[in-house]
Amino acid sequence: MKGMTVIVKTIASWVKILIFVFGIYIVIFGHLTPGGGFAGGVILASSYVLLMLAFGRQFVEENLPSVVASKLDCLGAFLFAMIATLGLVFGGSFFINFLYQKYLPGEPLHLISAGTIPLSNIAIGLKVGASLFLVILSLSICCKGKDYRANISVDEKE
Amino acid sequence: MPYALCFLLFMIGLYCAVVKKNMVKIVIGIMVMEYAVNLFLIMLGYRTGGEAPIIDKTHIDPQTGQVLANFVSNSVDPLPQALVLTAIVISLGSLALMISICIRTYGEYGTFDITEIRRLRG
Amino acid sequence: MSVPLPVFIAIPLIAAFLLPIFGKKGKATATFLANLVTVSLLVFAISSIGRTDVYEVGKWPIPLGINLVLDGLSSLLLLAISVVSSAAMMFSTRYMERYTAKSKYLSLFLLMVAGMNGVVLSGDIFNLFVFLEIASLASYALVGFGCGPEELEASFKYMVLGSIGSIFVLFGVALVYGNTGTLNMAYISKAIQASGLNAGLAFALCLFITGFGLKAALVPFHAWLPDAHPSAPAPISAMLSGILIKTLGIYALARVVFNVFGVSIEVGWLLVVLGILSMVAGAFLAIGQWDLKRLLAYSSISQIGYVILGIGLGATLIAKGANVAWASLAILGGLFHLVNHAVYKSLLFLTSGSVEMSTGTRQMKQMGGLAERMPVTRAACTVASASIAGIPPFAGFWSKLILVIAAVQAHLYWVAAIIVFVSLCTLIMYLKVQRYVFLGELPESLQGIKEHSGSMAVAMVFLACLCVFMGLLLLVPSLKHNILDPAVSVLIEGLGYSARIINM
Repeated sequence: MKGMTVIVKTIASWVKILIFVFGIYIVIFGHLTPGGGFAGGVILASSYVLLMLAFGRQFVEENLPSVVASKLDCLGAFLFAMIATLGLVFGGSFFINFLYQKYLPGEPLHLISAGTIPLSNIAIGLKVGASLFLVILSLSICCKGKDYRANISVDEKE
Repeated sequence: MPYALCFLLFMIGLYCAVVKKNMVKIVIGIMVMEYAVNLFLIMLGYRTGGEAPIIDKTHIDPQTGQVLANFVSNSVDPLPQALVLTAIVISLGSLALMISICIRTYGEYGTFDITEIRRLRG
Repeated sequence: MSVPLPVFIAIPLIAAFLLPIFGKKGKATATFLANLVTVSLLVFAISSIGRTDVYEVGKWPIPLGINLVLDGLSSLLLLAISVVSSAAMMFSTRYMERYTAKSKYLSLFLLMVAGMNGVVLSGDIFNLFVFLEIASLASYALVGFGCGPEELEASFKYMVLGSIGSIFVLFGVALVYGNTGTLNMAYISKAIQASGLNAGLAFALCLFITGFGLKAALVPFHAWLPDAHPSAPAPISAMLSGILIKTLGIYALARVVFNVFGVSIEVGWLLVVLGILSMVAGAFLAIGQWDLKRLLAYSSISQIGYVILGIGLGATLIAKGANVAWASLAILGGLFHLVNHAVYKSLLFLTSGSVEMSTGTRQMKQMGGLAERMPVTRAACTVASASIAGIPPFAGFWSKLILVIAAVQAHLYWVAAIIVFVSLCTLIMYLKVQRYVFLGELPESLQGIKEHSGSMAVAMVFLACLCVFMGLLLLVPSLKHNILDPAVSVLIEGLGYSARIINM
């Protein structure tokens, strides 16, 4: 997939960092404002989609290879499962909010509050961002007029 | 009345998924059905004249620190919104899988027409 | 030892997320870990026999939070899931070497097992829908795993019909929430007992029967099964046909119809009619098949008809207010047939996979005389065929006998005649399999084949021994009392489920 003109490339390289930071804001403040893990993850992935449209697929694949994204994806899901299991170890039941009840209650409506919910949001944001990035990277293999088999890399996901 | 319109949208999606011959149109029909069901779920929680169920500084009683009872009885039901979030994520995963199978099938067969993709029969 | 209930869902889920990290170099470690997970689930499932438990996730009290429920029916199905999945996983250590992305296969397989465990253990109707979707999405991807043209076509058909079924279930859940205001199955049941079925709830029941019927491949909704099951790799066919259509379809249908909504005469007769249609249509369509796995897939449709017939017969008898012992017998026949079919149909698919791996073809006309070259496969296939056809000392005979006795006791003689006739058809189709695949002469193109033994043989021998001894589950009183009777009594008590869960 080829990239676009110089104007688009310049603006995209400035705007992408804004979108990325906005995505991180939505993820971290998920327990106070609407959004949370899933919505923030989608915004994080869309910053990479902007890069893919402006600079071309090869550029993005060199900077964030699909193998690394796949490992980040697994790490995010594993972190979420670990938070649930730590609830069993420390609190006595799966998914219990052990930080809120015992260790770190915090004050309501501040950033550090609601126990393990911000941590779950971060894990889900990481996973969803990496997954959607991989999905769109895999779907962009097919270009019009070319045989798609020539573009498949060794480790292609479905 | 809005529920009947939701059901009409569901039926349109079902018609599209059942009758059309292009694979991409079938996928679009299934997605319209999903949207109709999500819309129906959100509308179930609506309370007339209600407000969004997000707790703010104005909703907390300054002396006791508890949420005002007025807010709880006046806000829309947040549970269907949580259900719809989950359902949207599920339909996203399903859509990604369906589209990738459509693309690979086009690569193998050369067409999107389901009447020509019929090697398995009998 | 008594493990907390979320362990059944958490262990395969965590393993499914860890396995893709191993990549190509750690394939052996990944396979070993996956086998360890399925065998440990089998150990936990055996140790939970006879235990009833309610687990509130996060210690939120019941109408506010989600709960996991383990009762007789759930523990029977957990046992079946873990047996079939451990055998299929052991088979796939050797079989899946030909495919390139084995660690992703293992991860999807464990996701499917986690989803099925979640469906069986869930006590909340939306949670049941979420786990149903997890298992279904994993199975759509696994059916098309080979990425050849036929697998992709079959996977697309399966995915479209499966998605439509899931959307119907979600619509039903939305209608139930709108009419009762709660999502917990015990509280929904309490609300329906108090207010009765209005138009919205009756429509929700119809949507549930259609949605779960699409997942279970009952006859008007069976169009995806004959394409999906042959095209999948053999251990996935065994999992799909052996346990997935039963958990996602029949267990969910039975739970919703018996425990949440309550049986009525119309629903019972609907299930009986669907069961008879499935039995007859599946048997007739199977006899004319020349593709080995397609014949096995149509025979699955037929045998699922037996299970639905038994459950529907029990429902009609309970709704009419007849003798509880007759209804118990019908439901016992249906559930015992479910467990039997899980074991021998998965064994049949595993043997067909072994045959396909050695000969490279699935067409029965090109095979013949494999008996002397593949003795282990031949013995396992004979045991499974005898069992499914209903030959006396094997397990299939007892479940069909119970169904015939139950039909005769309920004075439905024509139903009993249809059951016997379809059993004869089943015998015919499996004699055809035996004759064309194993007996006869070896064609010249297949002179150099040999059997692949090792882990595949271990899995097949394990399931074959279970086939032989499964009849003991019925005849030995202590096993029947601990394993089968609690499952039957959960369905018989019907709406008493809500009182039992709320008071626990």
